[in-house]
Amino acid sequence: MIPASFEYFQPRTLDEAVGLLGRHGEDAKVLAGGHSLIPAMKLRLAQPKTIIDLGRITGLNYIRETDRHIAIGAMATHYEIESSALLADRCPLLTELAPQIGDVQVRNRGTVGGSLAHADPAADWPAAMLALEAEIDLVGPDGRRTVQAAEFFVEMMQTAAKPNELLCEIRVPRTGKTVAYVKFAQKASGFAIAGVAACVEKSGKTVKVGVTGVSAKPYRALAVESALRGKALDAEAVATASGKAAEGVEPLSDIHASAEFRIHLAQVNSRRALQLAASRGS
Amino acid sequence: MPATKTIPYVGRALKRVEDPRLIKGIATYVDDLALPGMLHAVILRSPHAHARVDRVGTEAARAVAGVVGVFTGADVNDKCGVVPCASPMPDSKIPRHTVLAGDRVYFVGHPVAVAVAVDRYAARDALDLIEVDYDPLPVVSDPEKALEKDSPLTHPEFGTNLAFTWSVANGDLDAAFKQADRVIQQRMVHQRLTPMAIEPRGCVACWHAGEGTLTLHTSTQIPHLVRTLLPAMIGVPENKIRVVAPEVGGGFGSKLNLYAEEALVSHLAMRLGAPVKWIESRRENAAATIQGRDQVGEYAVAVKRDGTLLGIKARTVADIGAYCQLLTPAIPTLTGLMLSGCYKCKALRMDIVGVYTHKMATDAYRGAGRPEATYVIERLMDLIADELGLDPVAVRLKNFPKPAQFPFPTVTGLTYDSGNYQGALKKAQRLADWPRLLKQREAARKQGRLFGVGLSTYVEICALGPSKMMAAGGWEWGCVRIEMSAKITVITGATPHGQGQETSFAQIAADRLGVPIEDVVVMRGDTAVAHYGRDTYGSRATVIGGTAIVMCIDKIIAKARTLAAHLLGVTAKRVEFRDGKFRIKGNPKKALGWKQLAPEAYVAKNIPPDWEPGLEASSFFEPKNCTYPFGTHIVAVEVDRETGEVKIVRYITVDDCGHQVNPLLVEGQVQGGIAHSLGQALFERTVYDENGQLLTGEFMDYPLPRARDIPEYLMDSTVTPSPSNPMGIKGVGEAGTIGATPAIANAVMDALSPLGIRHLDLPLTPEKIWRAVQRAKPPAL
Repeated sequence: MIPASFEYFQPRTLDEAVGLLGRHGEDAKVLAGGHSLIPAMKLRLAQPKTIIDLGRITGLNYIRETDRHIAIGAMATHYEIESSALLADRCPLLTELAPQIGDVQVRNRGTVGGSLAHADPAADWPAAMLALEAEIDLVGPDGRRTVQAAEFFVEMMQTAAKPNELLCEIRVPRTGKTVAYVKFAQKASGFAIAGVAACVEKSGKTVKVGVTGVSAKPYRALAVESALRGKALDAEAVATASGKAAEGVEPLSDIHASAEFRIHLAQVNSRRALQLAASRGS
Repeated sequence: MPATKTIPYVGRALKRVEDPRLIKGIATYVDDLALPGMLHAVILRSPHAHARVDRVGTEAARAVAGVVGVFTGADVNDKCGVVPCASPMPDSKIPRHTVLAGDRVYFVGHPVAVAVAVDRYAARDALDLIEVDYDPLPVVSDPEKALEKDSPLTHPEFGTNLAFTWSVANGDLDAAFKQADRVIQQRMVHQRLTPMAIEPRGCVACWHAGEGTLTLHTSTQIPHLVRTLLPAMIGVPENKIRVVAPEVGGGFGSKLNLYAEEALVSHLAMRLGAPVKWIESRRENAAATIQGRDQVGEYAVAVKRDGTLLGIKARTVADIGAYCQLLTPAIPTLTGLMLSGCYKCKALRMDIVGVYTHKMATDAYRGAGRPEATYVIERLMDLIADELGLDPVAVRLKNFPKPAQFPFPTVTGLTYDSGNYQGALKKAQRLADWPRLLKQREAARKQGRLFGVGLSTYVEICALGPSKMMAAGGWEWGCVRIEMSAKITVITGATPHGQGQETSFAQIAADRLGVPIEDVVVMRGDTAVAHYGRDTYGSRATVIGGTAIVMCIDKIIAKARTLAAHLLGVTAKRVEFRDGKFRIKGNPKKALGWKQLAPEAYVAKNIPPDWEPGLEASSFFEPKNCTYPFGTHIVAVEVDRETGEVKIVRYITVDDCGHQVNPLLVEGQVQGGIAHSLGQALFERTVYDENGQLLTGEFMDYPLPRARDIPEYLMDSTVTPSPSNPMGIKGVGEAGTIGATPAIANAVMDALSPLGIRHLDLPLTPEKIWRAVQRAKPPAL
């Protein structure tokens, strides 16, 4: 499996990368780990004329605390997040999710920014970013702007980023320990068939639920959230609410899981994630 | 075996000498080869399962810079022989399978054209510019539908999809079923599997125009069979062909074949006068390397109330795919021969119908027909126990032959060499703490959990085999040479490719010659070095190839004794060989070792009259019987009622492969086999849709077991030596694959049994289990 020929750039700064992307626009693909892009290129399903490799830009893999958030550079690898003591303390949903991505090799190379920008409907990060109401920063020729996670995912493999914009930073809030990510993985690829991220507010009266793998785009399970608003998270309430985890969603269906099974798994994992998250508060 | 003062190497769990180079990444695979002026071939394959090929336009492809040639079926098929099938049944219809497709493609992945260029990129770019006009034709991908009257035909020239029939029958089956208290029936589907060796196929062919000889480096299990079969395909005589199998990164039966590409690349090298390399991509490997299993059958057993097995009746449809590879028709016959498993049975009939469909050919994949047999009989044993309200262990014990009944003639006409099935079963039960396991199950069930315990008691046929039952001889060849420096060169024709015989054969040779193992090197895989061989498959290499080495050594010792006697000044009768030294009996002080003898043997200035110089011998070992390893696997599982996921809680195995040359290798083989089984039992399946499109053509969609899927094994063995060879060994390459699948399946079915679920076909995927649990639920009020 041999890719078609392409022009290759190794920008050293974010500005340089933005400049290149501006010049090459829709003919270009950004390489930020490459675990989805390179297989697609090997099969010639993707034949970009230009590759802009962000791997040589230094200082884009930071994880640091700001006044209101934890800011994560787009080029932070899954492993850097998995092993971050700061995140384990301030935003443990991410350190719980990261080791469930792919395998060691994937986690050592793959980046959170690359994964989010690729917007694979079965990627793990989107569930967490939705549940955390993360902010995603894009930078383009016209400067930098912030998009809410809920607005970022548009369709299967489509995001709010314009062709000349790069994803540069993700900001997540500080949370308590009452979070959980529960995933049913596709056996071959390891991608999510139903991955559910749950965040339970300290009071236990507000929950946020992000779901990935079930449909063409990751979503907030708003019906579950509203069914639980203001309620005590007892087993029955959680179970009943989780029955709505795929409400209004058009599920995917393939040889690995039918639409019916995906809906069922979304419901089961919603319940499990909420129960697990809530149990961590006690 | 000569006694040695030191601990013998045989029987010790020595680490593999192969491993450092493999682990360090310094081993040489086909793709590591680079020859001067080497060209690269890339193959265009059919995206259609069945289509007429109206035109193949190569002009634009030829124009790509660096492209040396683009060839279609019209260019090469009349210059190359067809892909051979070595095991046709008497009524087989064998299609003419040319190296490239002619005017019709009949499976996804069928090679249509080949581009050759100075590098892989140019060749691959050229492929995109080959224009093929396909006219799609009707497709059949389901073997049972293929037998229906109005089915599309895979090969219209035959007027039917029926490829062959084969039966095994013995005993009075009607009487058995008439006498039976109960007849238990079950349909079972053996899903198609993709071998997915981590190293795909590949070859480098080099034509030496001056000598008129060809060297083919190919990732194969069978360089010797390739050398024998290739002349008919490329027109170069056998004695001018050298085949080299360098390091081979996994075969599992999928490289026990002669493939179209091996002939095509050889032909191109001759035609273009330059070395040509072709490396299979993963997608090609999934689509165009043989696949395994794919049988569907109706099985019935006649039993007495007490569980006594009276008869077995089976009718199996074997989906052989679009054409016959080397051993395609023979694989399901192994299912028939092993169908009675390790049980006494007076009457049996199995009818096999081989059917063509628009899919890749099936052939030998790990276990090759035997896993299907073991799965059927071991599922049936549990169904018998279930329907008669008996203990599954008791049903098995009731039907085992006693150890004293060996050699045991089976109802299918085989003779099991030796066995103690009771011993392995009881040891496994002890190891598993069986009563505690059952209590654990009871406690879990009381809590409403789905906990199951299953077992399988298997026997398999190994060390294939006596030449009378093999298409091209079942012997093995070996050669041993004491070099002038007294270093030992062992050459085996068995072509190990990862099984560890570079270690185990060195153990055998070092013991028998009384030398340090470090002095022994084992060479394999090159027909210019190992002149003859029948290679590795069917768990044969150690039993047959190892015995050939023993024969060589015995010849050398006999020859060296004469030389030693001459040098010691006595008659040969007075010389004994012990601890690597020749001594005069009763005068142990005077001793000659190999270090003294070897130089004398080659310098040859002081040798007995008429004594042929050198210390080298070669041997062919012809086995009198196959061997029949056996064992018991016990598995405990817990099923997640909500998601259908299966967790293996305990895994216990007791295998008996006779004497063990290297227990570490035995353990590794069994563990690897169980991993294969686990995939088959729980998640692996090759999926073609109704249009014959392959939906599992990548690792993204075809799940192989990974480290995290593997449970902790509790492993032990019993030792029942084989009488069929001097070392009493049996072979262990496929034991895990054969024994484990039914044990896992039985455990899962046991877990689901409180819900009234009787049988589910493999793989036992979460969704399949979830659906069965849903169906079993009482309807909601």
